Amino acid sequence: MNKLIIWYGELITGNKLLKRGVFFLTPGMLWLVLFLVLPGFILVLVSFAGRGTYGNLIWEFSLENYTRLIGYGIFGWTLDYVYILLRSVWVAFVTTGLSVVLSYPLCFYIARKPPRTRYLWLTIVIIPFWTNMVIRAYAWFLILAPELPFARLAAFLNLVPAGMPLYPSAMAVYLGMISMFLPFVALPLFSSIERMDWTLVEAAQDLYASNFRIFMHAILPQTLPGLSVGIILTMVPAMGMFVIPDLLGGAKYMLVGNLIQQQFGASRDYAFGAAISIGLMILTLFSLYLYKRKNRGIDLI
Amino acid sequence: MKKINLLVAVSALSTMAFLYLPLMAVAFFSVNDSKYGLEWKGFTLDWYVKLFQNDLILQAASNTLVLALVSTFVSTILGTILAIGMDRFPWPGKMNTALDLVMHLPVIIPDIIFAAAMVVAFGFLRTLTSVFDPGLLNMIIAHITFQTAFVALVVRSRLAGIGKEIEEAARDLYAGTIYMLMKVTLPLLAPGIIAGAMLAFTLSLDDFVISFFTAGPDSITLPLYIYAAVRRVVTPQIHALSTLVLMVTVILVICMERITRKVNKKQKRL
Repeated sequence: MNKLIIWYGELITGNKLLKRGVFFLTPGMLWLVLFLVLPGFILVLVSFAGRGTYGNLIWEFSLENYTRLIGYGIFGWTLDYVYILLRSVWVAFVTTGLSVVLSYPLCFYIARKPPRTRYLWLTIVIIPFWTNMVIRAYAWFLILAPELPFARLAAFLNLVPAGMPLYPSAMAVYLGMISMFLPFVALPLFSSIERMDWTLVEAAQDLYASNFRIFMHAILPQTLPGLSVGIILTMVPAMGMFVIPDLLGGAKYMLVGNLIQQQFGASRDYAFGAAISIGLMILTLFSLYLYKRKNRGIDLI
Repeated sequence: MKKINLLVAVSALSTMAFLYLPLMAVAFFSVNDSKYGLEWKGFTLDWYVKLFQNDLILQAASNTLVLALVSTFVSTILGTILAIGMDRFPWPGKMNTALDLVMHLPVIIPDIIFAAAMVVAFGFLRTLTSVFDPGLLNMIIAHITFQTAFVALVVRSRLAGIGKEIEEAARDLYAGTIYMLMKVTLPLLAPGIIAGAMLAFTLSLDDFVISFFTAGPDSITLPLYIYAAVRRVVTPQIHALSTLVLMVTVILVICMERITRKVNKKQKRL
């Protein structure tokens, strides 16, 4: 290692070079290890601890939090928590799916605009992407109020009693979630669609392919990289979302994010909260793994 | 084909309406001269004036700004140095993978899990010293953590973009390490650093979950204030506040777009 080497124009020994590298890495990595990796390990440890009477942690190793998560409690066996976990996966899945379906026409439309106005249209999609999620959830809160046309229409159709808002409900959660995550799919997808080779589509049309087959064989493979990034960017935060179900779903449509927040807030049961977090993490990694296995060779970013 | 084009246009425009209708409604009711209910009673800017007389809101606005500025400043420095350290040295493959993994953690972890880990970790630190009571310091630390990773990712992709040839030329002309960093690497990197800093700043302004878990009673930020207000009772002041935040977002996004487009144009000319 102490031999002289030439590293991009510099005559230096390997040791010296590595020392300098460590010097550069240390501040950032030290910070990330201290405040990201270490807390992660502590979270795992805490998930095996118990809860004292006043919400303090009791350091006795137990699997109780995990058995509680899959349903064994003091009141016997219930599937409440499992339902919430599965529902979170389902909501994330539906949100991602519908966002993809809505994103394709949106991106095609923008990509076909002349270059001068194209970026203006794109900015229109970027603005909601960067708007604070509390404000966006709150905007849905407002628009589903009983005085406004949507709730009135629903009342007129006898879907809800007159004078009632359209939240809390599953539909409100889906509306909020899709509007929240649609830009997360649309923006990466657009970068793929913008670079798409349309001559392949024309070729498929010349060969009398049906619209469905044109999409499957000429469009989808070309847009897969952007689509993958979009799906991952949506799936992961959607599973842990808690603002939207909290404001628009209430107790009627709880997701795992609310459950975690409850443990760290009102219930002060850090150990159980940690266990749910680890559960969510495992679910997230598992779905990423499934996705990666199906679509090999796709980079995360 | 014409039919499909029409379908695409209709679907695209209604999607945009779907994204914007709720936001428009908030802006619309923020200038409505009615304290209760959602009936149109005429135009007023009273609610905006009242915002600037509300001490709680002013305090929240200043907290939000301090948090975003301080955390962006620190994370931009940490992230840039980290990116140079990762990209410019011959690390063995396994170490590279490990570094890469740590850097991608904040991107692939749902933010609520990161927030939970922060709560637990700060709980531990609190047993050592009361400095870590829930409050602005905790929030700044938490924000720096996820921002550093994002800044490092952006700067590293720019480092890869500019290549090592120019630095090699500088070395051939006997530039020392510091001289090369100051005169060659950093100037070339500047657009990437600015882009990373802007990303970090917007991420901080945008964050709710992590602030929600780490904030104390004196360190309420604007999103936290709006959230608490929505849970209690919605007043027109909240419409006005949300509209203002939305307008700041619009301005930030337009600035960000301009800068990245200018950088891209320059890069093409190189």
